[in-house]
Amino acid sequence: MKNNKALYVGCGLLLLIFCMAVFAPWLSPHDPYFQDLTYRTVPPIWYEQGTWLHPLGTDQLGRDYLSRLFYGARISLLIGASVAVISGLIGCTMGMLAGYFGGRIDMIVSFFVTTRLSMPVILVALATVALVGSSLFVVIMVLGLLKWDRFAVVMRSATQQVRAMEYVSAAQSAGASTLRILLTEVLPNVLPHLIVIATLEAASAILLEAALSFLGLGVQPPLPSWGLMISEAKSYMFFSFWLIAIPGTALAVLIFAINLAGDGLHQWLTPQERG
Amino acid sequence: MLAYLVKRLGLAVLVALTVSVIAYLLLYLSGDPALAIAGEGASQADIDLIRKTYGFDQPLIVQYGDWLLKLLRGDLGVSMYFKTDVASLIFSKLSTTLLLAVYALTVALAISVPLGVLAAIYKNSWIDRLCLAVAVVGQSMPNFFFALILIMLFSISWRLLPVSGSGTWQHFVMPAITLGYYAAPAFMRLIRAGMIEVLSADYIRTARAKGLPTRTVIFKHALRNAIVPVVALAAVQLGFLLGGSIVIETIFALDGLGYLAYQSITFKDYPVTQIIVLLLSVIYILLTLASDIANAWLDPRIRVA
Repeated sequence: MKNNKALYVGCGLLLLIFCMAVFAPWLSPHDPYFQDLTYRTVPPIWYEQGTWLHPLGTDQLGRDYLSRLFYGARISLLIGASVAVISGLIGCTMGMLAGYFGGRIDMIVSFFVTTRLSMPVILVALATVALVGSSLFVVIMVLGLLKWDRFAVVMRSATQQVRAMEYVSAAQSAGASTLRILLTEVLPNVLPHLIVIATLEAASAILLEAALSFLGLGVQPPLPSWGLMISEAKSYMFFSFWLIAIPGTALAVLIFAINLAGDGLHQWLTPQERG
Repeated sequence: MLAYLVKRLGLAVLVALTVSVIAYLLLYLSGDPALAIAGEGASQADIDLIRKTYGFDQPLIVQYGDWLLKLLRGDLGVSMYFKTDVASLIFSKLSTTLLLAVYALTVALAISVPLGVLAAIYKNSWIDRLCLAVAVVGQSMPNFFFALILIMLFSISWRLLPVSGSGTWQHFVMPAITLGYYAAPAFMRLIRAGMIEVLSADYIRTARAKGLPTRTVIFKHALRNAIVPVVALAAVQLGFLLGGSIVIETIFALDGLGYLAYQSITFKDYPVTQIIVLLLSVIYILLTLASDIANAWLDPRIRVA
């Protein structure tokens, strides 16, 4: 735990963004959806024309950018967490079954994983969202149903390792049911790997949502998704670069924080691999 | 080796067939494809006509079978939006995307090989940390945001490169940098880990002990061995780059397969979307097949397992 700066910095940043999201209604100086057309593209305070009324300025429709940034954190965190949970449930179930039973079940799961890996996520996600109709819920479901592959791969090999342990044979000979063994013997022992994968998948899901929203096929306006904010401000970026720089930096900091926390967790949980 | 080859080839065909089923069924995600194609406000007669023309009135298995048989005979169907046959449409865009993928891979290797080697040689020093920082920034930055920053710098501020289009090599510079930087961190970590392992091997100590210059030891002896897993990753990454090219080509209006995919999705041009999903998957399947066979050829242990 000592000297693990990555874990501290990553978790600290994440906590900060989490607080931004949770306390958005109290922190925001304005309503994130309120359009004041007399105050359009007001620059942030570090510009000469900036005003404390809108610390990060306003967008092309006169909406307060700081408030939209706070509310946007909710969307990114919601996407990251729910996609990690959905794809984690699918992937872990498949991986655990494949690793524990082996044989034919293992072959079928491996086939699913190979098939899933061969399809480009962003293309299938774009096409699916466009066909089903885009909304926050659809984006979460589509990404959740697409991103289970890494969970399955890691869980499979982790379960194979745990399965060979004596305490599993002991539980078997004590007459424990397969479900009980999987949940009480196998799962706790592969949990460290799982948490690390979950952080990676959450980061990747947030980036995918941002890319989908940027292409106009993700979260729909007027929701303040950071990817959508960049997309909407794209044509104003030549004169008001901060319109894309602020949500872009926010995204980068969030992903950086999650990756850092993931790396830190990995180091903390598997100290023998420290290089 | 032959048994392994047949088994691996069979798996590839099976995966490709499964993907083709999924690609075909994508059409039905909207509910009724005839209704989606006709658009809002179409008359019942129009919808019925579309249903009959495209064969949506047939059982699903017959529709899929027809589609697949035509594909195998080389008939990829007709684009609803571009009004040309899908095969020639895709063929005209393929070279742009393959070129972009190769350029991007070159950029990725040009960044990751030197930085990975440096990070390994100066392990745990500030140089290692600096290289890690480059990788972490590459992983954290949304690639479309990075692309917009490049546009602001190279096109708007310095007026060096065109913002969009695909006519000349200049059009490929920013897309290749964006995609390449995005793919570089994975390579860098692999090269760093590989080099650290190789550098502690006995034969490197021998090479050093017999007085070879450091440069020869690192490049001729160590890097050559550390680069082997990179070849396998390159095959996989090339597939990811093809997928990632959708966002990047759309930003830069680079007229390749990715941009076509985006257009076909927004214009509801289903025959094109289906074929691109299938094509990109098949390219990925072929790349991993080639890399697996190459690995099995290099390492006999894989063949037996």
